[in-house]
Amino acid sequence: MSETNYKPTSAFGKWFDERLPLLTLFNGHLMQYPTPKNLNYWWTFGGILTFCLVTQIITGIVLAMHYTAHADLAFSSVEHIMRDVNYGWLIRYIHANGASMFFLAVYIHIFRALFYGSYKSPREVIWILGILIYILMMAAAFMGYVLPWGQMSFWGATVITNLFSAIPLIGESVTQWLWGGYSVDNPTLTRFFSLHYLIPFLILGLVVLHIWALHVPGNNNPVGIDLKKDGSDTVPFHPYIVIKDLFALVIFMIVFAGFVFYAPNVLGHSDNYIQADPLVTPAHIVPEWYLLPFYAILRSVPDKLGGVVLMFGAIFILLALPWLDTSKVRSAIFRPIYKQFFWLLVLDVLVLGYMGAMPAEGMYLLISRVATAYYFIHFIIVMPLLGYMEKTKPVPLSIAEPIISSGSGNLAAAKKDKTIS
Amino acid sequence: MKKLFSAVILFILFTNKLFAAGDITKPMQVDWSFNGFFGKFDRAQLQRGFQVYKEVCASCHSMKYLSYRNLGEKGGPEFSDKEVKAIAASYQIKDGPNEQGEMFERAGLPKDKFKSPYPNKKAARSANGGAYPPDMSVLVKARAGGSNYIYSVLMGYDENPPPEIKIEEGVYYNKYMAGNKIRMSQPLYDGSVEYSDGTQATLSQMSKDVTAFLTWAAEPHLEKRKRIGFKTIIYLLIFSVLVFLSMKKIWSRVETKM
Repeated sequence: MSETNYKPTSAFGKWFDERLPLLTLFNGHLMQYPTPKNLNYWWTFGGILTFCLVTQIITGIVLAMHYTAHADLAFSSVEHIMRDVNYGWLIRYIHANGASMFFLAVYIHIFRALFYGSYKSPREVIWILGILIYILMMAAAFMGYVLPWGQMSFWGATVITNLFSAIPLIGESVTQWLWGGYSVDNPTLTRFFSLHYLIPFLILGLVVLHIWALHVPGNNNPVGIDLKKDGSDTVPFHPYIVIKDLFALVIFMIVFAGFVFYAPNVLGHSDNYIQADPLVTPAHIVPEWYLLPFYAILRSVPDKLGGVVLMFGAIFILLALPWLDTSKVRSAIFRPIYKQFFWLLVLDVLVLGYMGAMPAEGMYLLISRVATAYYFIHFIIVMPLLGYMEKTKPVPLSIAEPIISSGSGNLAAAKKDKTIS
Repeated sequence: MKKLFSAVILFILFTNKLFAAGDITKPMQVDWSFNGFFGKFDRAQLQRGFQVYKEVCASCHSMKYLSYRNLGEKGGPEFSDKEVKAIAASYQIKDGPNEQGEMFERAGLPKDKFKSPYPNKKAARSANGGAYPPDMSVLVKARAGGSNYIYSVLMGYDENPPPEIKIEEGVYYNKYMAGNKIRMSQPLYDGSVEYSDGTQATLSQMSKDVTAFLTWAAEPHLEKRKRIGFKTIIYLLIFSVLVFLSMKKIWSRVETKM
């Protein structure tokens, strides 16, 4: 979709573009790129996520100039940033809340893909790259949370790295290798800092691939059908999508600013303002909110190895989703039963998140077990079966056509082929 | 499905105790001057709070991330330069080594960090019957409930605890502390300090003053943060309207509803 008849107008532009066609590339992918007309606001989160990544990288680079990665100095260097560095408090609060905003946006982005079937053929590779980005984001966020070296940093790192000790035979050695010693200590902190700086650039690379892969088949859309070849269903990316993404971004930034300026610490845990102390275990060790659903899955299994396998399984199962979903119809708009299950999954993940913050006992444990079970049932049983059993609604022939037009001749018999019963 | 969905969401929102632990009495809610969109500290209150900290808390609690110069900075107690110098000079600070390679004591300067009451954590612990008095620099942010919680704990002592709670030697009853037990004896009583501005030094007044001071200590740029935040959000709101109108104009060329 990047082939264009674009020619730079200036002499220098022509000269340069013949040697390195950057301008053509830019024009093809960020200006002329044909985008479905009917994208709704759920499609603006890709742009928002790019903004989040760039914000995290820029604020992170500045923070790294003032931060000291040492077990004895990390906590006080963060206080130095908060008190003495010019606008250090602002940069750090943007970075800390930026992580939460990043995850908020990525969850919306993922659930949008789930609702509209954006992971289905021919977009499987886009989806897989996206899940890899999500996994790297979790790694980066976890390591970033360790850097201030507060109580939750230290004990969170201890809990998560200890998971690897559940691996049979080599678990103990792997854990010590991760720690760089016999417990979470200074070597752990310094390597986490190094990796925390590296991972965002890996994410950036994957984002380029993600967008490249997206620009091959083009965007999915709310109706979920292929676009007409003549281009009448699309608008150029610039200015139509650019301005719409910008509007959504500004609204998103208002929410972001609300957290940064008026509630900068509500998403964090107060214990992280206590310097790490290996001799004092906090009453409840909880990860950041965006990791809570997986934490609930981990704790819902009485066996440590089993819990670890399920937790990682819950993430990696997403990679197989394009093949687990057997339905030919992409958008949930035309899948009445799937739509119900979709909202059940959203609810299930929210419940898991809530349970992750609660102590793993009694009623809470029971609920998180049921929710964990549903999470896997949804992907392993419901998704494959629905494709065969669900009676889908008629799908329109083009996105220009109204979705429900009773008695319209355009709603042709072709739709019945798409309905698999 | 939609009903079930909203029911669970409402349950989660209303129980709203994501990070609360156990059965703790909810802290008292104080109408602080620094609450809200335009919150500001009350200078006189911060100055009184500093006096309470200095005369009572500082005998056990360090505040090692603050410097004396902070007391004169904008958005804080805003003591005058002369007052800050006098406060700093009232402490003897260890410095050195000098040209002869020896450590020496000198009068404090505004650049110095707050002098800690104990040379190290172990000394602090041993002088306090094994309990470590936490550093107060970020104490307000390090406790769930923040300022309200600190104020409540200061007010929550009772010499006659409810009969079902057994209080051992060296532990004190406190209504708002987790487990209702605290290792610190009641630090403030009516008249513990004498305010020079004529304010009545009641327990409640001193507790409020010192909590306000601790809140500033934990968040010295709070006023600036709220001020910039307000401007930023107003800017973004206006910008969003402009972008929205541009978007409508641009999309009016395409015959489709958005």
